Amino acid sequence: MADGMITSAALNILDITGVTKRFSFNGEPIVALEGANLTVRKGEFVCLIGPSGCGKSTLLRMIAGFETPSEGRLSMWGAPVSVPGPDRGMVFQDYGLFPWLSVARNVGFGPAARGRPRAEVEATTKRFVDMVGLTRFADAYPHQLSGGMKQRVAIARVLANEAEVVLMDEPFGALDAMTRENLQRELLEIWERTRLTVLFVTHAIEEAILLADRIVVMSPGPGRIVADERVSLPRPRDPTDPEFNALRRRFSALLGSHH
Amino acid sequence: MPVRGRALGLALAAPLIFLAFWHLSTAGRSFSLIPPPLEVGRQLWDLAFGGVWDDLYSATLPEHALASVGRVYGGFLLAAALALPLGMLIGRVALVRSLLDPTLQLLRPIPVTAWLPLAMIVFGIGPRSAFFLVFLGAFYPILVNTIFGVRSVDGRLFEAAAMLGVSPSAVFWKVVLPAALPSIFTGLRLGLGFAWVVIVVGEMTGVQTGLGAIIMEARQLSRTEIVISGMVVIGLLGFLSDALVQALGRRLLRWSPQHG
Repeated sequence: MADGMITSAALNILDITGVTKRFSFNGEPIVALEGANLTVRKGEFVCLIGPSGCGKSTLLRMIAGFETPSEGRLSMWGAPVSVPGPDRGMVFQDYGLFPWLSVARNVGFGPAARGRPRAEVEATTKRFVDMVGLTRFADAYPHQLSGGMKQRVAIARVLANEAEVVLMDEPFGALDAMTRENLQRELLEIWERTRLTVLFVTHAIEEAILLADRIVVMSPGPGRIVADERVSLPRPRDPTDPEFNALRRRFSALLGSHH
Repeated sequence: MPVRGRALGLALAAPLIFLAFWHLSTAGRSFSLIPPPLEVGRQLWDLAFGGVWDDLYSATLPEHALASVGRVYGGFLLAAALALPLGMLIGRVALVRSLLDPTLQLLRPIPVTAWLPLAMIVFGIGPRSAFFLVFLGAFYPILVNTIFGVRSVDGRLFEAAAMLGVSPSAVFWKVVLPAALPSIFTGLRLGLGFAWVVIVVGEMTGVQTGLGAIIMEARQLSRTEIVISGMVVIGLLGFLSDALVQALGRRLLRWSPQHG
């Protein structure tokens, strides 16, 4: 029993304990997130779902180190998270690419900024540009790319930087349906290959069921975690499958009952 | 290539119509205060190479043009050397902004030409006043656009840099400067344009050489064809200098949809 506990604790890459975040908006205090508890194991694909105002993005941004909790503890491998760092890569909905750098230089930005040797930067860049299928566009600038291609660059630059946890804040929300489906499939392929830990924020139930090992359901006013469930459907998952549909109904109900 | 030819044809249409109008309304008149274009052309040739009138002005153009170009680029470079670091400091450091921005904004509405009498007192009658006015004319466009560029960097890019492992001390070089480059560039271009505008006023302060100087001198001698020749040369030099800066910008800012 004791052994089992140590083993499972050692596998917890992220520990979030009693995290509350309060903002002040026009002098009015707003509770964005209240008493959130969450542990994430290495290699897990966790989706955070909930309507706007449920604190899912706030939680993600605190894990990234962009914001600090008002109360509670956030730690990675046991060490408190305080500032942003390359071990936690973020993929933004609006990409956040550097417009003055080519696709290749964007992907190699992290390793280059951290002083890796040139040959290594180039090899890493090539590997991840190839991985996201942008080999032909390595020299293009962000403004020449479609939204889906920009998001591929954003994913590749986080992977190239050896992030252990990939934080994704509604990354496919601004893309058209077909591009979104392609990127979801590619993301799963990459995740299965690299076994990275992924925290994926979305408000789309279907997207969460398609991707996640585990779905954390959140509700607003104040933002809280209201459910945390495993999805054990085998991959690749089929949205037309009756079991998929049953899950869709289940998470719909979970989301609906807390409004 | 045909597209280029068409663009060139269209660009030349307006000047050609203007030249024709100018010619028709001045040529052959026994008494015209404005000389016809052909006469100006002949004067321009004489100014540049001599051999037509062989007077005091013949073949003096290179000397005057060089003097003006030197002042324009000298004043411009000095303005850039001061306005760029100052603009970055004002844009990035709150203390410097509180300290200097109000004063600079208060001085900004004063037209460069209004500084002329004061410049003559401080720097004396001569090329140093002209240099100062050019500097002042180029300074503010560069400063204002640099501040704007440095201050309007998309906040998302700071987050992206931080999560990729850029240290706070490297953020300026890795993010702020490249992101501000299009604005800075616009400032440099405006500043150089303004330097050419101000040079004529600057060279009215009793300097011996320079395009502004011969324009003023020729005006007093009623040599209107020299006045117009000087104007044409300033126009051409300003145009070439802007084309040069733009070419540089297209190289440096290939990534920017507004410039590339």
